[in-house]
Amino acid sequence: MALKGFASFAIRKAIAAIITIFAIVCVNFLIFRMVPGDPIRMMFRDPRITAEQMQLVREKFGLDKPLWEQFNCYLTELFQGNLGISFWQKRPVLEVIADRIPQTLLLVVTALAIAVILGTILGAIAGWKTGTKIDSFILGISLTLYSVPTFCMGIIFLLIFAFQLAIFPLGGISTAASGLTGFGYWKDVLWHMFLPAISIVLWYGGEYVLLTRSSMQDASGQDYITTARAKGLKESAVLRNHALRNALLPVVTITGVNLAFAVAGIIEAETVFSWPGVGRLVYDAVMKRDYPLLQGTFLVFAVAVVLANLVVDLIYGYIDPRIKVGKSE
Amino acid sequence: MLKFLRELEKVKGFFQLLLTNKMGVVGLSIFALFAIVALFAPFLHTVDPSKTGAVENILLPPCHQFWLGTDDLARDIWSQVIFGSRVSLVIGFLAAALTVLVGTLIGLMAGFYGGRIEEVLMRIVDFFMMLPMLPLMIVLAAILGPSIWNVIFVVSIVSWPTTARVIRSQVLSLKERAFVEASRCIGASDSLLIFGEILPNVVPLMFAEAVLMVTEAIYAEAVLAFLGLGDPTTVSWGMILHFAFESGTMSRAPWWVVPPVACICTLILGFTFLGTAVSDVLKPGYREIRGL
Amino acid sequence: MALLEVENLKIYYFTREGAVKAVDDVSFSVDRDETLGLIGESGCGKTTAVFAIMRFVAPPGRIVGGKIIFDGNDIITMSNEEIRLLRGKGIAMVFQAAQNALNPVMTVGKQITEVILEHERITKEESWERAKRQLELVGIGSERVKNYPHEFSGGMKQRVMIAIATACNPRLLILDEPVTGLDVIVQRQLLTLINKLRKELRLPIIFITHDLSVIAETCGKVAVMYAGKIVEQASTVSLYENPVHPYSQALIRAYPSIKGEKRGLKSIPGAPPRLINPPIGCRFHPRCPYAVNICREEEPIFRKKNGHLVACHSIK
Repeated sequence: MALKGFASFAIRKAIAAIITIFAIVCVNFLIFRMVPGDPIRMMFRDPRITAEQMQLVREKFGLDKPLWEQFNCYLTELFQGNLGISFWQKRPVLEVIADRIPQTLLLVVTALAIAVILGTILGAIAGWKTGTKIDSFILGISLTLYSVPTFCMGIIFLLIFAFQLAIFPLGGISTAASGLTGFGYWKDVLWHMFLPAISIVLWYGGEYVLLTRSSMQDASGQDYITTARAKGLKESAVLRNHALRNALLPVVTITGVNLAFAVAGIIEAETVFSWPGVGRLVYDAVMKRDYPLLQGTFLVFAVAVVLANLVVDLIYGYIDPRIKVGKSE
Repeated sequence: MLKFLRELEKVKGFFQLLLTNKMGVVGLSIFALFAIVALFAPFLHTVDPSKTGAVENILLPPCHQFWLGTDDLARDIWSQVIFGSRVSLVIGFLAAALTVLVGTLIGLMAGFYGGRIEEVLMRIVDFFMMLPMLPLMIVLAAILGPSIWNVIFVVSIVSWPTTARVIRSQVLSLKERAFVEASRCIGASDSLLIFGEILPNVVPLMFAEAVLMVTEAIYAEAVLAFLGLGDPTTVSWGMILHFAFESGTMSRAPWWVVPPVACICTLILGFTFLGTAVSDVLKPGYREIRGL
Repeated sequence: MALLEVENLKIYYFTREGAVKAVDDVSFSVDRDETLGLIGESGCGKTTAVFAIMRFVAPPGRIVGGKIIFDGNDIITMSNEEIRLLRGKGIAMVFQAAQNALNPVMTVGKQITEVILEHERITKEESWERAKRQLELVGIGSERVKNYPHEFSGGMKQRVMIAIATACNPRLLILDEPVTGLDVIVQRQLLTLINKLRKELRLPIIFITHDLSVIAETCGKVAVMYAGKIVEQASTVSLYENPVHPYSQALIRAYPSIKGEKRGLKSIPGAPPRLINPPIGCRFHPRCPYAVNICREEEPIFRKKNGHLVACHSIK
């Protein structure tokens, strides 16, 4: 019965995710057409584009046809995995992006995992000890770090650790032509990943400290905490089994929404440290005025966030007993 | 008139309360400092920030003539940084105003009318909140072309849903209160109820939201400019960093990047503090807890 | 010696405006096999007083004087570890039927076994068996041991709370408004359960309420509290029939008679004083119809009358 409740919950969430993705596709299409004046002309402000390429894209997107047919055409192409041709790389957009996805995943998963774990632990401590010196210290540091945009943090790190002290590389994912393989190669990658990862961790972790802290404050004022104390439980057990378990639930829900913010940190860090991922691709697309590529990266990021959200929702549904039986939140 | 005076009294009380909060004082001071700098920019040992200079003045370290040195086109960095505060503040405030205006209107409508209207509006809000903001802003800014007005528009169109959601939940609880019921009973029209009874009660919340939005907007402008989507006719901190980053000479000229980074961080920190203080002060029972 | 003796207990809350004297010089005792009812309007300090027995007084509140002797040991001077071992095992407590008194993300069985495992050296399996027995004791089927709190009604949740509180056979049970906020039929059922447990387990109970009828059904002895002080102590029957203190009289007149006698209901004029600056003399004097000069100047001391302990100047 419990599983049945969860299954229906999961199906509901999955349908919502599909609808959202469809809406994103529509938005993506509309933004493209929102351009005042002739979209083709806007797209091809770049003088390097040849007349043939122009004609190619015009046909590809069917820009001379009515809006509805254009949309139809756009959807058909999309389902075949065609996101257009990158002007800059002269290759299909999907291919260009797909090449970059593994590097971005490596950086994102590492950095966000560290940020969430560290942030949650520090936030829980601060929230449990509200009003103490530890709390003010953690809160002050987090508010400060949270206020430093990732690209600013990155530039400062670059200046200090890469230029002045020269203990970390300037950017990229590995040392060019080093011929390293196996363990040596991965060590090299980790060394390159350190600064971009830490820039994301400091910013995103600060967010989690603030979140967990306030959620912990809420939980620690609840009646069940007094009940737990009245049972004679050790303070550590009250904290672990009662306060923390309840405090983490809202943190998990917000994690989904937060992923949409996390994308910003990824783009900034990858740009500053020339990390060859999808985020850096956004910057390159802007600099090269490569609109199809820009559109493609937006689509990929948006869909990724929706899917990650779906995963978070499912995890939440699994760990919160109130959802398992199919009752609403 | 009397009502206006009473409101004014409330605002005064609110600021007095804000001044009892440490974070509030720090935040307000930082804001005041930048506001003064932006206002008096022409009188602060500045020259035209986009005026290029002689070849021998390229990438000079800080000196008597160029307080913060020069960049790779021999432009005065001090002047760029000083004038940059104008862009940040103008965009911050205008974008926040537009965001809160749109967000409040939609939140009021959704909360007050409920039913189908609310459902449709809130679905749109949920959808927007799911979208990764920065990529959306980048795409919009890239397509609309670089200008201050576009940045303001882009920031607002991406941020209003948060405000709408916050305002709506407040309206939902206000709607149930006795005074709204009472007005409804004596036959007040919808618009009178919304603007006469409910709106005045969400003003504090709007203010808190506005502070948050200023922070968001300043950040958004800086990132967009850093990524090369700033208004080329003005100088902003993000753009200084963009030029430094693109020039490839950043390593030789720390004076070029440290000041704008410091300014961006300080200003955002100031508004973050202010935002924390405002939401603290607006919490019910703040006076009682502080024994005020 | 009584099981619990509270002597001259003083608990103040230190705020910027000054000290709020929430509990001021309160003494009472509970014998083994005795049920004490503590009654008073909300805010009179009754909850604060019993929270002190569990040592749940947190800043800005502080116990500033008095003794709480439980089984020969003073709770106030105990170490944190000693008081922790006493909670749940020596003294157990059931709180007002609030929405969140049970942890929403833990099965009720886990919440019962938790207290048993903390205080007794038994295996997990045994503790789950005990948890099932506890649920049956309070009238819930043992098959619901794996259910979560949100799957229970308000009255059932309160039964679970009682199951938790009695799981380790405590020597004293404190019930803080256990039936307030529940509907009348559920109240009735819970009170029946409490009476049954009291007899079966021979459990001494302190019962806090602002509801006179509840006291009448459960308690042998009553203490009436007003504005941080106890004003009258007596056996329940005697208090109902012959209330001595003007406040007790007013309190009883403010309730419909349980025997169905026809008499006018009367509310007490005025409001309870703020405890930051209580009235000088007898704290009830501003609302007392019999107040004379001495009531405004001198605090009354306890005197015996008809077997009642009463703090009122009208008794000579």
